[in-house]
Amino acid sequence: MTTWIAIAVTAAGCYLVKLVGLTVPTAALERPLVLRLVALLPVALLAALTALQTVDDGSGSPTLDARAAGLAAAGLALLLRAPFLLVVAVAVAVTAGGRALGG
Amino acid sequence: MTGATARPEPNATRATVRDALGVGCAVGLSGFAFGVTAASNGLSVPQACVLSLLVFTGASQFALVSALAGGGGPVPAAAGALFLGLRNALYGLRLSTLLGPPRWLRPLAAQWVIDETSAVALAQPDRRLARIGFAVTGASLYLCWNLTTLLGALGAEALGDPATWGLDAAGPAVFLALLAPMLRSPIERAVAIGAVLLALGALPLLPAGVPVLVAAAAAPLALLVPGRREEGAA
Repeated sequence: MTTWIAIAVTAAGCYLVKLVGLTVPTAALERPLVLRLVALLPVALLAALTALQTVDDGSGSPTLDARAAGLAAAGLALLLRAPFLLVVAVAVAVTAGGRALGG
Repeated sequence: MTGATARPEPNATRATVRDALGVGCAVGLSGFAFGVTAASNGLSVPQACVLSLLVFTGASQFALVSALAGGGGPVPAAAGALFLGLRNALYGLRLSTLLGPPRWLRPLAAQWVIDETSAVALAQPDRRLARIGFAVTGASLYLCWNLTTLLGALGAEALGDPATWGLDAAGPAVFLALLAPMLRSPIERAVAIGAVLLALGALPLLPAGVPVLVAAAAAPLALLVPGRREEGAA
């Protein structure tokens, strides 16, 4: 039930955000500080999510395991300009390989 | 034909449709990664599909799923997803002047206002092609994204324990792939590093789902440091 509530809130919120942009007068949101902040927010959130998802195992303290190797491989794939799905596949494969080897 | 001559209309239309279909189908396939991630993080197949149908903005969907899997409550989980979706309002601002959609169409068009449709529409030379680019990208991406979400979720359910297959690494890899093209200037990199430090520092101290929201403070903090901003503009 909790999951469905979160889904409903996210769906309604994300839709309203899209609709607001498309319907409000441009001047209302187009202030330099607002624009810069909204452009930087995804950077902060995505960086935090990347780090947390790599080291959080639910124990409360950061843990390094096979996921870190997978993420490093994904980073390398990105530097080599690999397409999105390949980047994800590399991370998954390296992590699975690390676990199979006992990492 | 010389480079200075404008392309005849049918060719221009065809080029726009081709580009839009390319983006829509290629990115739409990533719904597979979302379906797998959602199912391996404990969501049911219907829950994964409803997210793709109704939320339809990738980063927010991944963020919500991982926050829920981490044991976060529904409110902080949804808040993180909403923060990530805020940029769509900015795309909407650009698109409303570019596409000039009729009032009755706006509630429908709004659902397709995302990174990829905006990128394709904004790259077109005039309103007619921008409308075509937006509609074709939106339709093809929406179809592919939802279809591959279903396939991914069904596939992951059949696999069993996701960790054995390394599927728990899909989430962070997705976020890194979304982040990488945004790290263009020093201020973006400073925000990213600041956010990682804040998130890791908050992890042992705060309940699940909250450290991400704390890390969001890196964005306004970076704007408060004037030296950094000059550097970023240079």
